[in-house]
Amino acid sequence: MDTMLTTDAARPPSAAMPARASASRARWRKRARKLAPYAFIAPFFVLFAVFGLFPLMFSVWLSLHQWDAASGLAAMHWVGLENYKYAITDPWFSKSLLTTLWFAVASGVPQHLVALPLAFLIHMTLKRSRNFVVGAYFVPYVTSSVAIALIFTTLFSKDFGIINALLPGPPIDWLGDAFWAKPAIAFVVFWRYLGWNVVLYLSALQVIPGDLYEAATLDGASRWQQFRHIALPLLKPMMFFAITLTLIGNLQLFEEPFILIPPDSGVATSVMTTAMFMYRMAFADGDFGTASAVSWLLFFIIAALTYGNARLFGKEGGGDVAR
Amino acid sequence: MSCLFRALVPVAVALGAAHAAAATTITVATFPDLDRAAKAALPRWHAAHPDVDVKIVSLQYADHHTAMTTALATGSGLPDVMAIDFKFIGKFAGSGGFEDLNKPPYNAGALRPQFVGYTFAQATNAAGELAALPADIGPGTLLYRADLIAKAGLTEADLTRSWDSFIAAGAKLKAATGADLLADSADIVDIVLRSNLPPGEGIYFDRGGKVLVDGPRFVHAFELGRAAHKAGIAAGATIWTNEWVAGFRNNRIAGAMMGAWLAGHLKNWLAPDTAGKWRSAPLPAGATASYGGSFYAIPKRAAHKPEAWEFVRFMTADKQTQLASLRTLDTFPALLAAQQDPVMDEPMPFLGGQKARELWRDIAAKVPAIPVDKYDSMATDVVRAEYQNVITQGKDIHAALADAKSLIEHRARR
Repeated sequence: MDTMLTTDAARPPSAAMPARASASRARWRKRARKLAPYAFIAPFFVLFAVFGLFPLMFSVWLSLHQWDAASGLAAMHWVGLENYKYAITDPWFSKSLLTTLWFAVASGVPQHLVALPLAFLIHMTLKRSRNFVVGAYFVPYVTSSVAIALIFTTLFSKDFGIINALLPGPPIDWLGDAFWAKPAIAFVVFWRYLGWNVVLYLSALQVIPGDLYEAATLDGASRWQQFRHIALPLLKPMMFFAITLTLIGNLQLFEEPFILIPPDSGVATSVMTTAMFMYRMAFADGDFGTASAVSWLLFFIIAALTYGNARLFGKEGGGDVAR
Repeated sequence: MSCLFRALVPVAVALGAAHAAAATTITVATFPDLDRAAKAALPRWHAAHPDVDVKIVSLQYADHHTAMTTALATGSGLPDVMAIDFKFIGKFAGSGGFEDLNKPPYNAGALRPQFVGYTFAQATNAAGELAALPADIGPGTLLYRADLIAKAGLTEADLTRSWDSFIAAGAKLKAATGADLLADSADIVDIVLRSNLPPGEGIYFDRGGKVLVDGPRFVHAFELGRAAHKAGIAAGATIWTNEWVAGFRNNRIAGAMMGAWLAGHLKNWLAPDTAGKWRSAPLPAGATASYGGSFYAIPKRAAHKPEAWEFVRFMTADKQTQLASLRTLDTFPALLAAQQDPVMDEPMPFLGGQKARELWRDIAAKVPAIPVDKYDSMATDVVRAEYQNVITQGKDIHAALADAKSLIEHRARR
């Protein structure tokens, strides 16, 4: 019984084996122990390398080549920075940048102007129904874009839409008239991401100590004054975070205009964001090199604006970036 | 009994053989509705080729062409036979990713006289390679609602005599019935751009790749489109949208200038309730144009080329298959032999008993062979966007076309 228990693992290796073999085994074990953590996290790194790092690097490589994808990989040839020059001089690129910025402002600013007081209102007044109300505002954020497209093309329909049915006057061609299509899309973006911002602000409001409000109430501060002088200053770090996310998200805007406006429609180019221009370059015109260059140009623009936002907001708002 | 038995034996043997000896499976990548033609043809294919199975992979129209672009790019996941819509034929044929069907062992040049002339020009790239064979074509026609036209006191001749008379008739129709003669004023632009091209000239580029966009054809097209827009005869509905579909169903759109295949779509799903009220006429002002069509091609990296070529010929150059497609889809055959079949002379109930296929056959024979360019779809987008600027912002036509030209030259620099 006693000898049975004394297995290889339990007794010191040197006792049973030649010193050399046991030493190499110990070394192997040590190494295995060192390597084990890497093996455990390897799945992430392998997946990241295949689906994250490689495409990223390939798109840098691609942006320096001229490549008509339909002709196969062999047809790539080196053009250096010419794709970048070409993209910048394309009038649709600058036009799409302006459109993107327009959408970023027209849908982004109202998102925060409404989400801030709305979150404060929900925080201060709702108790039991709060989760339900927040959930209701959050639903658009998790709804599939195809469902959103179906619903809004029906709502915005010129002849059969409920919006035109409620409005007096001649029917407005919401998605077919360049003048109206942009605000209509901006509204959908606003509607979709409002709940997300409300949740962000609400979570920040919940960590503001309640006694601050109590003290203010004792001093006779109105609810507006409490919002303006207590909640708002303390929300600045979260505002910095939320605005950064909106900025990045809106500059990459693609889904909403893409699904609401048919590509054959005459207004398709007037709602074309930079991300859509890039898609069109690649999949309609087959110029993957220039499309990659456009994507990197867009990246630099987003990086610059985010940095600017951090400089502007970060100092006061507690953003770490530019302290 | 024994007679029946004797007749059945070969069938049973053939069926058994199809299961036992299906050594090869070819993949056919296609899209709806065209996939129905291939599916309908399978029983006859299996009877003739018991040892070759066919796997049909069908994706939605846009997804199919995106997936095929990606497959060509990477050289993996390519089917043995690829269906290509007219809109993409220039781009795909120009890619050089397909077998040149002019060369042996295909020698498709010999088949050329059997098909409508202009289709081979569409499938031939700048290097002279024939990338695909045509399955169906879209002779351009004017479909109109005879009942509404009559109600407005108009005749077919008022619609087709000239473009001016077409626009004037549209205004009269609108006043009398409230219906629009067109879904979109850009439809006129599309047709006029495709009409009466001198030989060797493409829609946007000539043979040498020169951009033609500021020429008189474009000015004329834009002017007519703008006149139609000002006359208020267009519903402003983009093709394939809900508004467009509803317009046909609710008698609000009374006409359409498009490929003859639109009659099939109207009959099958767009507006089946309007059966008998539509008629087909030649395009106004004697214009002839082709509008759409589909092709089958063999990628260079296809695994089973001999079988693929057999299948391509079976879908395109086989009279029975072509006629079956006509019956299932109401597509118009590219094969001349199929166009000589008595079915072409049958009256079409949806068009009020009109023998419209005879008319379409005449139109198809007159359509000139227009060379396609791999930048055609890009140029289409640019010109369409500039036309929209003319309509909505009142941009000067010459300025709009000059801008379009410089942008197309910029994009097509390579």
